[in-house]
This record gives sequence, structure tokens and C-alpha cells, in this order.
Amino acid sequence: MSRQTLAPDALDAMDRQILNRLQDGFPLTPHPFDDAAAPLGLTGDQLIERLSRLREIGAITRFGPFFDAAAMGGDFCLCALTAPQGDFDRIADLVNAHPEVAHNYARDHELNMWFVLATPTPEGIAETAARIEAETGLTVWRFPKLQEFFIGFRVQA
Amino acid sequence: MSDLDQTDRRLIAATQAGLPLTARPYAQIARDLNLTEAQVIYRLSALQDLGIIRRIAVAPNHYALGMTANGMSVWDVEDAQAEILGPEVGALDFVSHCYLRPRARPVWPYNLFAMLHGTSRAEVEQKRRVIRDLLGPACRSDDILYSTRILKKTGLRLRDG
Repeated sequence: MSRQTLAPDALDAMDRQILNRLQDGFPLTPHPFDDAAAPLGLTGDQLIERLSRLREIGAITRFGPFFDAAAMGGDFCLCALTAPQGDFDRIADLVNAHPEVAHNYARDHELNMWFVLATPTPEGIAETAARIEAETGLTVWRFPKLQEFFIGFRVQA
Repeated sequence: MSDLDQTDRRLIAATQAGLPLTARPYAQIARDLNLTEAQVIYRLSALQDLGIIRRIAVAPNHYALGMTANGMSVWDVEDAQAEILGPEVGALDFVSHCYLRPRARPVWPYNLFAMLHGTSRAEVEQKRRVIRDLLGPACRSDDILYSTRILKKTGLRLRDG
């Protein structure tokens, strides 16, 4: 995913409407692009064309179903560790080598590496964390979600 | 949920990278999986009803849209109060994720996590003040961790079958 900001004129008003509307959902019908395009005053083909372009320029990171790993029988867990400054990149490589690591961010704190484990079984979290601890010699702090609060967030395009 | 059958798992594997941008995307998926379009739509609807699919939607790249400041705000809120105030924090329109998580004392006293996004750190700090006001005396201490680098980012991967 690119962290570059698009030029201000990269998106027109219709692009912004599409991004705002399609964050909420997409129809499960035989002609979903036609159905999603109609309220925007577009044809299905025009919507497909615009979505292709939005994807190409990096305005969209994903388009499709968003799955809940826990509901599928697997689990997610936010984890953190403190990587020594001089050794940060090597530790990041060791952590990232695990396919269970879905994303990993450097953050400015004593706990300076924060990553999410996603595993097909609940036991996979502790197993993967233990492997990372053995490989790095560092404590992996686990912060599983106890409760998720309702999310009202939408990116305003 | 262990009652996902083999076909559901194939369907998840086939769609987790995204939907095809063609006029009849579900028909195309159906062809690839040797199903009918109606079966694909029916099964995806059922997965959505079960909460396995949270939604089918577009995820905008918030960096591309100018939201380049992203902070994980963390709060040490008295447990009973956190249950009450957490939903209010999560409902704020600038909070993208809001969770209650265990503390890890002494290194980590915080139990309420709220991810904040803005076009600048100043904007994120202003949003942080809104949360601080909302939590009031129920919050004992707080911090914010800005991301300085993405070290890895891949979507969720489920093994096929």
C-alpha cells in the first residue's frame, strides 16, 4: 500500500462520491455494478471504469468482502515488542518472516514494534508469539481484544 | 465458526483478494469454482448474515486521500467506566478502531485503544483532546503512538480448504 498522498486534482466529485458511498456496502445481486451505479447517475460500465482507475492510482486498497477471522474459527491478536535501536531492522525481518504476521508498524514508544497476528486457530496466536520470542530473545506482549466498540468511522473522500 | 464447509472456504479463498471488476462478478467467481451465480450470491449472503463477512465494500487508502497522520491513542480507564465510555469513543466519526484490551503492567497501563486519523498531527492531537474531555476523570493516564513506518502489510490470508 502506498503512503503517498494523491494530487488534489486526482479525484473529481464523482470519484469522491463513489468512495464515500461504496464504503458502506456493495450489492449482492447479479448485476451489482449497475445497481450500485444507478443512484450515482452512472452506468455499471462507467462505475467499473472509475473503480479500475481508482485502484490503479492507489486511492483504493481493497474492494470486496471483509472477513472476520474470529468468526471463521481463527483469531487475531495485536502484539508488541521492544526492539533494540541498532537491531531494529533485523528484528523486523524475523517478525515479518512469519506468514501469520498480517501487518507490522514501527511506532514511537518504548514498545516500538506493533504487529497483528492472524491465525487459522485460536491456539496459533500463542504458538506464533512463542516462536517469535524464541527467535528474537525478546518478550512479545499480547493485547487480544476483550471487546470491540461500535465503529462509526468512514474516510471522507 | 467450524460449520464452514469446503465450498465456503473455497469461496472465501477466491474472494479474499477482492471482487473482479466485471459486470457480473459473482458469475465469474461461480465459473472459477464450478458453482452457479445464484449459489455464490446465496452463500455470500449467508456468510454476511453470520458475521463472517463484515461487509462487502471499498476500502479507501487513507494515506492517498491525505490522511497521513495516524496515531494509536491509548487510555488507562477504570474498568467499569471503560465498558460505559468505550462505546462513546468508538462512535466518534474520527475513530477507526476502538477496542478494550488487557493491560500489561508495569510496561503498559492502558486498556482502551482508539485509532485516530487526520491530515496532520495537529489535527490528530485536537481529536485526542476531544476523547480526553469525553473520558474526563475516568481516565488516569494516556499516550499516543504515531506510526513512523509500515514494516509489513498484507491482507488476511486463509488457507484454501
